[in-house]
Amino acid sequence: MFPGCLSIFCQDAIKFTSIRKVRQLCRIIPYNRSCCPVTYVFFNSETRHLSSTGSRHQQVGEDIEQSLTAEVWDIVVSGGGLVGSAMACVLGYSSVLLDKKILMLETGPPFSQKPLTEKYSNRVFALTPATRDLLNSFKAWDNICSVRLKPVKRMQVWEACSDATISFQHTGMLHDVAYIVENEVILGGVMEQLAKISDRVTVLNHAKVTEYVLPKQGGINEWVEIKLENGRKLKTKLLIGADGMRSLVRKTMNVNYTAWNYDQKAIVATLKLSEPTENNVAWQRFISTGPIALLPLSDDQSSLVWTATSELADQLMAMPEDNFVDALNSAIWDESKKNPIVEKTLGTLNSFLNTLWPGEGSVRQLPPNILSIDEGSRACFPLGLGHAAHYVAPRVALVGDAAHRIHPLAGQGVNLGFGDVQALAKLLVNSVYDGNDIGTLEPLLEYETERQRHIVPTMCVIDGLNRLYSTDLLPVVLLRSLGLHLTDTFRPIKERIISHASS
Amino acid sequence: MQMKFLKKSNQSMQTIICQHCQRNTGHQLSTLPKVYRPSSVNTAKNIQTIICQQATKLSTTNYTRQMSSTINPEELQKFRLLSQKWWDSRGDFAVLRAMNSLRIPLVRDGLKHTGIASLKATLGPKPLDGLKILDVGCGGGLLCEPLARLGAIVTGIDPLQENIEVAKQHSAQDPQISGQITYLVSSVEEQVQNQPSYYDAVVASEVVEHVDNVEVFISSAVDLVKKGGSLFFTTVNRTWLSYVLAICIAEWGLRIVPRGTHEWSKFIPPVNLKEQLESKNCHIQLLHGMCYNPVTRKWSWITDSSVNYALHAVKLNETHTT
Repeated sequence: MFPGCLSIFCQDAIKFTSIRKVRQLCRIIPYNRSCCPVTYVFFNSETRHLSSTGSRHQQVGEDIEQSLTAEVWDIVVSGGGLVGSAMACVLGYSSVLLDKKILMLETGPPFSQKPLTEKYSNRVFALTPATRDLLNSFKAWDNICSVRLKPVKRMQVWEACSDATISFQHTGMLHDVAYIVENEVILGGVMEQLAKISDRVTVLNHAKVTEYVLPKQGGINEWVEIKLENGRKLKTKLLIGADGMRSLVRKTMNVNYTAWNYDQKAIVATLKLSEPTENNVAWQRFISTGPIALLPLSDDQSSLVWTATSELADQLMAMPEDNFVDALNSAIWDESKKNPIVEKTLGTLNSFLNTLWPGEGSVRQLPPNILSIDEGSRACFPLGLGHAAHYVAPRVALVGDAAHRIHPLAGQGVNLGFGDVQALAKLLVNSVYDGNDIGTLEPLLEYETERQRHIVPTMCVIDGLNRLYSTDLLPVVLLRSLGLHLTDTFRPIKERIISHASS
Repeated sequence: MQMKFLKKSNQSMQTIICQHCQRNTGHQLSTLPKVYRPSSVNTAKNIQTIICQQATKLSTTNYTRQMSSTINPEELQKFRLLSQKWWDSRGDFAVLRAMNSLRIPLVRDGLKHTGIASLKATLGPKPLDGLKILDVGCGGGLLCEPLARLGAIVTGIDPLQENIEVAKQHSAQDPQISGQITYLVSSVEEQVQNQPSYYDAVVASEVVEHVDNVEVFISSAVDLVKKGGSLFFTTVNRTWLSYVLAICIAEWGLRIVPRGTHEWSKFIPPVNLKEQLESKNCHIQLLHGMCYNPVTRKWSWITDSSVNYALHAVKLNETHTT
């Protein structure tokens, strides 16, 4: 229903070369000030290693890590991706959690914002207004706006076998339906805010966790133990697993995880349009091999997410770039699959509806023509679905892709993750404000219920849509075309869909 | 003097408790001097009566005020059997624990509104920072711990040594709060002699319906509070509906509360409580009904106070003249 985007990547570690390691050190120092011997060791080691290049930071880092061993943390967020860092940020900015010690574990090096180039990244997300509000709650949205993003005013979805179209927009296109933002821009915006509260949220980079020891069911007063690769041990009252679709936290929780791989791959690329337009519409066309989505980046550039069967995807990836653009244009414009019977029925229905409610339904807009793709921006990744039966256990909660992974066709993946962050933070803050221990199970269970009620239906609908549109079978095509057309005509239903997808 | 002890399932763990002060004498059956040992442990339905010198000594010093005691020995016996279950997440006190979602905000926001908590503190993580709160009948510390987390300096008193032991053990597991809570085997009338007008707030949650001499209890509670301080009560009304819901359904039907916990005749209508507090120069700030949903296992505020209710009173500064 909604244009595709790269939800799948949202938890993967971002590999950047570390430029601002010194800054990272500064973030950790305030934490040590409370402890004199450690400060001593720290400065000692720093002077000792000043002359020796390269190993210095590593050594200092190790000393700091040593000092962490004796410490008990209130909250440990495992994973510093988009969702993990947003989690740490929301908790860190909460006035109720002001005295809580929060640690974020990240396997990668410290984040450093690459200087922005003309070239857009091929890793983009469609963020919903709810996600915008979450990021705005800790002022990260301002940072994102000051870099770059593209508001989407309208979404148009149509298919290859008929003219049935649906479009989503707010009345008069006054409000934005979504925002197309690059991964690095979001992460940069969040990280900038996180650096401002380094006294409350500590970021530990290069932290590879080998084992989590969770408290047993009913063991209220045991804490979570975290063992790092370098032998260090941490303890925490609450562990938040934001460690992506291959989550170790989830595996340790030993919950049932329903997962399957689609025989589909998604190809992403940055596209150059043949002529500059207003370009504020997100396009998605369902063809039987999978949906193609065009997400606006600027007046003359768009981002592509082309879901195709694995076989076709491999062929497309092997093509020269010129041929790929031709294949793409023909996939967007191809009319040969149209079925005359469906067209005729649809026409009858349309004229019938027009007599009942003249003026309802949306005007069909034509998608842009693609001129070329950014050199080397093509990338491909496999798609799958996954869902954990439980998001929480005593003193543990999963957020984002660690708990659920979905098909990117509706662009919901990362937004669901941010929704988790919002819900969990709200319940934790309320619970702590009521004097509960941060790891109390009741609010965690409430979080699980609230999120699963939203996420499970979303996943089912998205998976269902993917299956519904993967066939050319006449009765199916007929039914789905009529269904889509009717949905488009009935505004209340459409508004329900918009509000569900953007909450 | 006489002394009672209770035979528990584990014979070696038997503790000897004075019938009057309800204090643990520190003796166990095996360590008790031979003269005081009962001839047969199994006789007299697990309860043995023996003479003890320690109890005799104690009785002459501390327990001369027996006539005004608010502690009911039968109630103590009931709760002694349940003392290990306070923190059991699905256990007998789950309903009481769930009530924290109402009574903590009641105390927190109540103290905020009366202005006794500093405005600066109420915006931060410790809204009750530095306030001295007495939790009467603290049990296993279900209420003391959250209040301490919100910054209060909490004193929890309970007549049962077993409860105090459980409470102490449990709070010791969280180093951040253990320093802020003092647990004592004591009663309000004993506390009022030591620390009159000392507390910013006194909380008696689900206690009033278990005490003897409600008047003495309430007047002692009021005396413990500073002028301008608050008193918080939650208890059960005495109506036919409370008989049906709190006893028939909760204890016998759904069994969410242990059988025999409540005695209907000891329930207190809010009017009585109000009158007694007003006669002690208190202003009734708030009276709300509370309702428990056994399906969602959650409490919520309602306007009707014919079953469970909560009351917030403020001790007035000026002496009321009539």
